[in-house]
Amino acid sequence: MLSSIIWAPLVFGLIGLLVPKRLTPWVAALGAVVTLGLSIGVLAGFDPDGGMQYVTDVSWIPGLGVDYSLGIDGVSIFLVLLTTIAWIPAIGFSALRGTERPALFYLMLLAGETSTLGAFLAQDLLLFVLFFDLMIVPFYFLFGIWGRDRGGEDDPEKSPGNGKVTVQSATLKMIVFTLIGSLLMLVGAIAAAVISADGGELTFSIQTIVARGLPAGSQNWIFWFFAAAFLVKMPAFPLHGWMPDSYRAAPLPALAVFSAVLSKVGAYGFLRVVLPMMPEASDLFQTTMLVLAICSIVYGSAMAFTKTDLRLVLGFSSVAQLGFITAGIFAFNGSGAEGAVLQMVNHGLVVVPAFLIVALIAERTGSEELGPMGGLAKKAPVFAVIFLIVTMATLAIPASGNFIGEFFILNGLFQVDAAWAIVASVGVALAAFYALRMYQLTMHNPLPEGSDTREISLRDALVVIPMVAIVVVLAFCPQLIIHGSEPAVDSAVAVVKEVAQ
Amino acid sequence: MSFDAPTIDYAGLSPIIALTTGLLVIVLAAVFDSIKRFGPALALLAYAVTAGCLIWQWDANIDLVSGALRLDGLAVTLSLLAVISAAVAVLLAIGDPSETQAGRSDWLALLTGSLLGMVILAQATSMLTFFIGLELLSIPLYALCGTNLRRRESLESGLKYLIVGSVGSATLLYGLAMIYGASGATGFQAIADGLQAGDGMLTDSLTLVGVGMVAVGLAFKVSIAPFHQWTPDVYQGAPTPVTAFMAVATKAAAFAIFIRFFLVALGPLADQWDVMLAALAALSIVVGNVGALAQTSLKRMLGYSGVAQAGYMLAGIVTATQAGVNALVFYLAAYVAMNVAAFGIVVIRERQSGFSDDISTLRGLGREKPSLAWPLTIAMLALAGLPPTAGFIGKLYLIEALVDSDWTWLAVMIAIGTMISLGYYLRVVATLWMSPADQTDTDAAIDTAALPPQIAGAQVDPFVDPQADRRWYLLAPVIIASAAAIFFGVIPQPLVELAKHAGDALSVWVP
Repeated sequence: MLSSIIWAPLVFGLIGLLVPKRLTPWVAALGAVVTLGLSIGVLAGFDPDGGMQYVTDVSWIPGLGVDYSLGIDGVSIFLVLLTTIAWIPAIGFSALRGTERPALFYLMLLAGETSTLGAFLAQDLLLFVLFFDLMIVPFYFLFGIWGRDRGGEDDPEKSPGNGKVTVQSATLKMIVFTLIGSLLMLVGAIAAAVISADGGELTFSIQTIVARGLPAGSQNWIFWFFAAAFLVKMPAFPLHGWMPDSYRAAPLPALAVFSAVLSKVGAYGFLRVVLPMMPEASDLFQTTMLVLAICSIVYGSAMAFTKTDLRLVLGFSSVAQLGFITAGIFAFNGSGAEGAVLQMVNHGLVVVPAFLIVALIAERTGSEELGPMGGLAKKAPVFAVIFLIVTMATLAIPASGNFIGEFFILNGLFQVDAAWAIVASVGVALAAFYALRMYQLTMHNPLPEGSDTREISLRDALVVIPMVAIVVVLAFCPQLIIHGSEPAVDSAVAVVKEVAQ
Repeated sequence: MSFDAPTIDYAGLSPIIALTTGLLVIVLAAVFDSIKRFGPALALLAYAVTAGCLIWQWDANIDLVSGALRLDGLAVTLSLLAVISAAVAVLLAIGDPSETQAGRSDWLALLTGSLLGMVILAQATSMLTFFIGLELLSIPLYALCGTNLRRRESLESGLKYLIVGSVGSATLLYGLAMIYGASGATGFQAIADGLQAGDGMLTDSLTLVGVGMVAVGLAFKVSIAPFHQWTPDVYQGAPTPVTAFMAVATKAAAFAIFIRFFLVALGPLADQWDVMLAALAALSIVVGNVGALAQTSLKRMLGYSGVAQAGYMLAGIVTATQAGVNALVFYLAAYVAMNVAAFGIVVIRERQSGFSDDISTLRGLGREKPSLAWPLTIAMLALAGLPPTAGFIGKLYLIEALVDSDWTWLAVMIAIGTMISLGYYLRVVATLWMSPADQTDTDAAIDTAALPPQIAGAQVDPFVDPQADRRWYLLAPVIIASAAAIFFGVIPQPLVELAKHAGDALSVWVP
């Protein structure tokens, strides 16, 4: 069952190579919908208190002790759902516009979905590392082939605030940063398995390694090998160096899923691997991680407030949001971690429409810069309302899902130390600044001369509105996620809690 | 006085016999004009028979020629890799200027001779066969490098390789002599026994200097830094089919003897040499990867990348365990696939572009010739160790072996080296897919200015072949190799079994 979820997108991507070019986008969209259907099927049979479910365990490379082992629990199921949901608008949006070399584009996009789902479902440490590495490959091609150079001499959007970015340098930076982390993680994963086996039978099963335990001394360095990979992926301050350039160069539909889902794999890794496997080290480095998280929140918010490129505003706001999520996880209590899971889903759901709206704005104003925009709300009220909902969710206005997520996280932090919670709440206030600034400058303000103010088209609305609707629904019933993930999250932090006391 | 005729194990010797016969047939066939043009077919037939003999002897575990040779899993697997890469070199050389200019059979005879040296080297268990095999491998290679008679670089590379290679061989011979002095034996097992029996011989400076010199000599052959300086120049200058053969087959054979000599003969000294080899491996990884970053010639880049890859593989020996040998053999097998794919594309692009191997000849290939761009992309991703390729599993295997035997820092070095290597492997991928083509019609356009300087000859090189990307004998090895690189990344178990087969051969000597 889980295997079919993982491989369905890739299969449809390969079918897309065979059918006439005209049909490829729709085959891809069908693939994404089928995958969503499969994951809903899994959700239907899911029992929140049932621990690891739908387990598949087949020996893959017996010589090396690697198994093809999959499973789903309360943490991963919502991220799987987020993934399968997020890919549909990304594909639909591209399908409505048409891309160059569609067969390759959709193959890469769907291969990206396959590897991301693989990372969320893998229960074998090496399989997880493999999918984690694999994720970056299709996105490297997506960003590299369909991205574009920005800020060059002939770019109409050239502005003093944003330097020149070439696709080649941006993608190279991204993949090198990412793999620096994940290669160290590979060494860390192997070391964890070898050390925990202690001469016994070598296995990479996450549960077995957790059960066997690691000596505290080894945990300390293995912790950082894993943390490096996850922090780069998020990205978190100070390892976000690759983010601005690649965000600016990337094609927007691919960037939407990249920002929405791939960043969450890092946070998920902390919950799935780091906390249970290295509880002593997690406890030891709790303060360091919280400081990094707070830095991400403050730095990300401040940068989002100053940047004029819409992609960067959203990119740095993601840094801040991921900071919140990290802080929630490293609070080591149920409230913080549940808030983190909720926030992962919320942020993913909000970011996808946000990036697609940026694409729509760019189609109208010919620019992704905040400067020359404005006044869209007067002529395109529906578009403006959609954007308003996304903005309000981003700034976590009370009654939004993000508000509840952040509340849980702050509550969790408060239990650790009131100081953390107070500093982190600054981030909540800053979010209001950058989110409202983004909305005002695009939708209000005087309308520039001769700008195009089309209303959102029905077809685009069909792609964007379902996402926004899910955001709204989740705002009213976040308990769907909180309850579903509670047992799994609690057991993930329980080990560390025990150590800490 | 009675005289017992020695018993000869013809079955065990069959690979060597088959290859020697093939060599003679190739040389003789050249005399007859009517069958001369079937040279490549004859060579391939000889290799196929040799490979058949090797597979026939798959489970062999026997001493041959009074213990001078030993046919076991290690010898069989690594010989097989060498034979495969020789067959690929023959295919890639069809229509190559070097093959024609050298005289058809000469080229093939030299290649077969070198291959014979490799097969002997992979089985050698005595200093004599060790050195004979090594020289038989090297001397034809020196000549092969210079077979592109009209290109100055080719002649230069042949000479350079001859001089540097001879220094390496001489150093090695000195080292062997010293070890003989310390142990009083030439057979590998006898050396180990002799060193242990002698009083304090394990830490004697005579022994240690000898070990060091053997390591240096072998490091020259597999291009381990700091003895790699010849590699980029020779790789670039030599005819590309020869470079491909050199890069792959030489490494397989030289690592076979590296494993056997260090783990069997010098096994008792493992605690003395492991740190030295670890330092060499680490240096190789850094020097090779950093050196490759600045290259614009594909062949030079692959040369430096070969230095780095040799460093990864040497790490397998450092562990002095069976797991390390397994990992090395697995990596070598993956390395064959990745390099065949990469060099095959270089050959095709060279013939299309008038013998330029600059990275810029690849511009826009992803759009215009996906059939060429994909294999090269796969090769580069595999060399960089990204999933889902055999390169990833190979690195995983090596790192597992290293961590398991407490060489975690070397595993981290491999990880760091891999990060650096992304810089140049991905530059190739980016050039293929992310930059527009220079000319509208790369097929027809031959930039005469970019042609290498010629000593003599016509203005337009008669060997330029715009249709090279449609020649089956060039495409087949490339496509099979790149498919294998992916296949063994997804289903690595068959290759793991192969590697285990090689490692098990050393179970008597190595934990």
